[in-house]
Amino acid sequence: MNALKLYLFHQLNLNVMNNQNQDYKNIPGWGMDIDPDNEPTYPIKNYTGDDHNRSNYEKAEQQPITIELLKSNERPKPSVVFGTSVPPSGLSGAIRRYAFKHSEDRYRHWIPLILADRVNVWEGIIDDFKKGTIPNIIKERGWKAEFRHNPVNMIGKAAVALTIGGLLIRHLCKRK
Amino acid sequence: MLAMNYRGPYRVRTVERPMPEILHPEDAIVRVTRTCICGSDLHLYHGMVPDTRIGTTFGHEFTGVVEEVGPLVTNIKVGDQVLVPFNIACGKCNFCKQGLYGNCHESNTMATAVGGIFGYSHTAGGFDGGQAEYVRVPYANVGPTVIPADMDPDDAVLLTDVVPTGYQAAEMGGIKEGDTVVVFGAGPIGIMAARCAWFFGPSRVIIIDHIDYRLEFAKNYAKCEAYNFKSMEDPVVFLKKITDWYGADVCIDCVGCEAEGNALQTFTGKITLMQAGTATALQWAINSVKKGGIVSVVGVYGPPFNYVPIGNILNKGITLRANQASVKRLLPRLIDHVQSGRLNPKGLITHRVPLEEISDAYRIFSSKLDECIKTVLIPSTKP
Repeated sequence: MNALKLYLFHQLNLNVMNNQNQDYKNIPGWGMDIDPDNEPTYPIKNYTGDDHNRSNYEKAEQQPITIELLKSNERPKPSVVFGTSVPPSGLSGAIRRYAFKHSEDRYRHWIPLILADRVNVWEGIIDDFKKGTIPNIIKERGWKAEFRHNPVNMIGKAAVALTIGGLLIRHLCKRK
Repeated sequence: MLAMNYRGPYRVRTVERPMPEILHPEDAIVRVTRTCICGSDLHLYHGMVPDTRIGTTFGHEFTGVVEEVGPLVTNIKVGDQVLVPFNIACGKCNFCKQGLYGNCHESNTMATAVGGIFGYSHTAGGFDGGQAEYVRVPYANVGPTVIPADMDPDDAVLLTDVVPTGYQAAEMGGIKEGDTVVVFGAGPIGIMAARCAWFFGPSRVIIIDHIDYRLEFAKNYAKCEAYNFKSMEDPVVFLKKITDWYGADVCIDCVGCEAEGNALQTFTGKITLMQAGTATALQWAINSVKKGGIVSVVGVYGPPFNYVPIGNILNKGITLRANQASVKRLLPRLIDHVQSGRLNPKGLITHRVPLEEISDAYRIFSSKLDECIKTVLIPSTKP
């Protein structure tokens, strides 16, 4: 394996010179946006000094808050506009409310949010069944496309899953 | 209306949802004509971004026709064909006034570290995205830009994120004439960053990835050198060697939190989630750049933290520059590059898919099937 890697490494080195674009100055637009001021210390912003006014800038009127809105505790008020997609609900919502008691600096903020996302997946499945919808996992996961474009890999994955599943069922049956 | 609907990691479908409404006097409703799947959408699709709630509609790259405007909207009107930057920006806060439209302070209640982004989880504001027939666009006086009459709509949709992000990645590199630039990641952003790097006058642009078809595409599209890190013993040593054992002048991370190539990063970042994804590309960028060089980061990393060799940033005197692209600031320059023929964004598009087939589209892009580079979704809505 190491010998193969070494061989490929040497081949790669041989190709380096061939790959270099010697005609680069003829690439359309080459060099036309060079900015001599663009040194590492040159920020890509138009400095106005307004930072020193802190949060006392002119704001548009507040979007009416008609849903439960979880707010970062690193700001005093909600932002002027906000998304109204999927307000918190259920067990995942309770976990999210806990997370938002802590700042973005704390693991107690982010880890519960990741946990809430996983709980929310199961809530989604339960919700689907409540509404009489059976989730079409095969379609949702795009397995048709995977099978069309990568059948060998798909069959391999299915074989592994079936084997593991079969062994698990056999093991459980034996225990009983 | 039909909209994409997230159901959990690797599971998406289309559903009928209520039409969006004007919720603020500066809102507009846009009928989507084209929308893309971004590489960063895959981080959501893979369940890597905290507070991605079931039922969310993704999509932050879209163009459309203005269907309705709020009473205070004056810059666009009903019937205008617009491209909508992925950043939601108020135009009034100190950050917007300084051109930092990706850092608006009045578009995200849920987190202070990032401005609002369409369809990018509640961590980015909880806004529904554009992978739908219609979408609510806040601050419609600021972001939406009327598409020039002679511009191809496929070019326009890529000006909402891919082109500005790739261009800003190069711009943040502070590239000087004759520099050697290394771009990590040959996805759409990496390819665009490599292409845009030439605008700043380097003598070499090198792209590193592990997928051959993407490297071949990058080599042709961006006129750059392309190398597969899987055929190297050590990518950092390789890059040192081909730069006369000096290091690149500028390294650009266009990969973000799902990088491959380092077993420890993969174990801690993907398998056990002990860090916010894998920081392999950033680690390589820091270790491959010359002393006093610049590392530019546009790859997306989730909160809260990643393992990176911060000691080497100190010891090598590296400048680290990063940001979400400031689309509105860059649009005039980029529209000029496109209209003059210097940039060909639509050349990245390999797949056009009806919105109804979104599950397959995500799988094809995620699993890099069918030599996919960039997917455009087309809703079937008629005016």
